[in-house]
Amino acid sequence: MNTLLRSTVRCLRSGPAILLPRQADGQVWSSSARFFCASADVQKHLGEMVKKDKVVVFMKGTPAQPMCGFSNAVVQILRMHGVDEYAAYNVLEDQDLRQGVKDFSNWPTIPQVYFNGEFVGGCDILLQMHQNGDLVEELKKLGISSALLSAEKESK
Amino acid sequence: MLPAVLRCARPIPAIPALSRPLAHFRPHMDPDPSRPVERAIRTKLTDSLKPDHLEVHNESHMHAVPPGSESHFRVLVVSSLFEGLPLIKRHRLVNEALKDELSTCVHALAIQAKTPEQWGSNPALVKSPPCMGGSRGDHTVEEKLKGGRE
Repeated sequence: MNTLLRSTVRCLRSGPAILLPRQADGQVWSSSARFFCASADVQKHLGEMVKKDKVVVFMKGTPAQPMCGFSNAVVQILRMHGVDEYAAYNVLEDQDLRQGVKDFSNWPTIPQVYFNGEFVGGCDILLQMHQNGDLVEELKKLGISSALLSAEKESK
Repeated sequence: MLPAVLRCARPIPAIPALSRPLAHFRPHMDPDPSRPVERAIRTKLTDSLKPDHLEVHNESHMHAVPPGSESHFRVLVVSSLFEGLPLIKRHRLVNEALKDELSTCVHALAIQAKTPEQWGSNPALVKSPPCMGGSRGDHTVEEKLKGGRE
């Protein structure tokens, strides 16, 4: 139960609050300064975000309630492999994050999947990796044993 | 052993791993003035990737966008230029060819990038998952659709 709660909380983590830097007196910085600082801050923060967890997903909606068929497919694939603990960031909540991650990854669409800080691809790539066996291997490199492997062993 | 495990074809509910006949094949030099974005995608992919086989499907009607939109596409590119390249590099080549469209009017792009050999052994178009409404009320999609192409 604790693990479930922790994974739920982790999966519901939303975009970072630092994207709107404020001065000490609470006033938002001027628009131009804020734009520069927000953009640079987003990129820096993204660099940290993708490394903080083994599996990181930028998606539309949340794992509990995806708002896009492609994002949902990523969630379903990870679930099939028993990957419950991953950081999922909802780009619909934060337009700076939404554009920032596209710039950071140099990838134009959402969802986006990172393994150990390295960009893996979107829904199409994850699906193909799932189908051709590469996903099981990549999860193994992360120290994650795919549930599909375990299920196969149990059936023998 | 591992490949055998995965070829057991475990049921995958809600995963778009279905194939269908090549009903939508269109020669890649078929111009369609009423669909400028589709035409541009077709032209750019043909010019940059020299595909043996190309399919460009406008899937906007499957999403929460106005009728007649050109915002969501699925492309299937079969090219020998993909040989030796991992999937991510293949997709980046497609993205690069279509970077103008992706930064303006195209909101979503599903990609299948195969070598001629891979296509020959499995000539199947993946089916996109059902829309979950993410574009509804999404002002960035509306802006992209208004932007369109001149």
